[in-house]
Amino acid sequence: MSDPALFRYALGLADDQLVLGHRLSQWTGHAPILEEELALGNIALDLIGQARGLYQYAGELEDADRDEDALAYHRDARGYLNLTLVEQPNGDFAKTIARQLFYTAMALPFWQAMTASTDQRLAAVAAKAEKESAYHLRHATEWTARLGDGTDESHRRMQAAIDQLWEFTGELFAADSAEADLAALGIATDRASLRAIWDDTVNQALAEATLARPADSWMTEGGRDGLHGEDLGHMLAEMQSLQRMHPGLSW
Amino acid sequence: MSDRARLPLWEVFIRPRNGLAHRHVGSVHASDAEMALMAARDVYTRRGEGRSIWVAPATAIAASDPDEKAEMFDPADDKTYRQPTDYHVPKEVGDM
Repeated sequence: MSDPALFRYALGLADDQLVLGHRLSQWTGHAPILEEELALGNIALDLIGQARGLYQYAGELEDADRDEDALAYHRDARGYLNLTLVEQPNGDFAKTIARQLFYTAMALPFWQAMTASTDQRLAAVAAKAEKESAYHLRHATEWTARLGDGTDESHRRMQAAIDQLWEFTGELFAADSAEADLAALGIATDRASLRAIWDDTVNQALAEATLARPADSWMTEGGRDGLHGEDLGHMLAEMQSLQRMHPGLSW
Repeated sequence: MSDRARLPLWEVFIRPRNGLAHRHVGSVHASDAEMALMAARDVYTRRGEGRSIWVAPATAIAASDPDEKAEMFDPADDKTYRQPTDYHVPKEVGDM
């Protein structure tokens, strides 16, 4: 059974989790303190676990003999359907936290809503992801408060990170017509409905952190159509190098 | 790392299951109690070890002086009558 629309939807969600998870894994060996090394690694593993469940499902939906590894390791950046927010490079610790805040403030209500999806497989992923996202959001908001309301330098860096990543937040709530059709069937979640919750969460986090919410302006879009910045290509080249050299390798 | 040195040390206690007591498992550096709880969760409960976490500022823990070890602990060494194995249960009692 091949279901192209649902395949693309599951694939986009899988790509979000894998790309963000891999980005976070890049902190391994570089985190500011041991405690954060483990915290970011834990979050990365949660996300990669979510990605696996979604890739397995996507592979079945496509029905073209591509398993989770084929989907993760043998597609180029143009074939990746993730949001452009999650592919943004780690930058300094503040930028990583800002990216976490923006993403998880959407991901938590998204997965909460998806637990009621009429698609059992997506609902099962959501049930696990919901709890994981709740912790990820807590981690991001606590750090946002401490960096924003910390020293002059941490405040400056956190505000710079918020300003820099703002243009990628519009895409969090965008849905194409195929996704809107899936939402009408109760399979997908209406992304526009997440906006108000996200605004509340982010506004409160920024206020507590004494940070200013940037003015809305031009927003980057296109991730769901495979349009990405060049950084994603570099990330994938590194992430996929082993499977590209030794296809099917396992250990 | 001077930044790390500025972060206070917290002692971490984990309760593995309902009904058991919290046990000391190690320590984390964190700016405050809330961050210490998160750090403890991330460092010490990754393999499902915990159902509850306590953290306490390391400075709040008073410790016995290693130099006073002899007077503190040696007197307990020869009081075998405090050990259950020091007592013989008469046969007439049967299985307890």
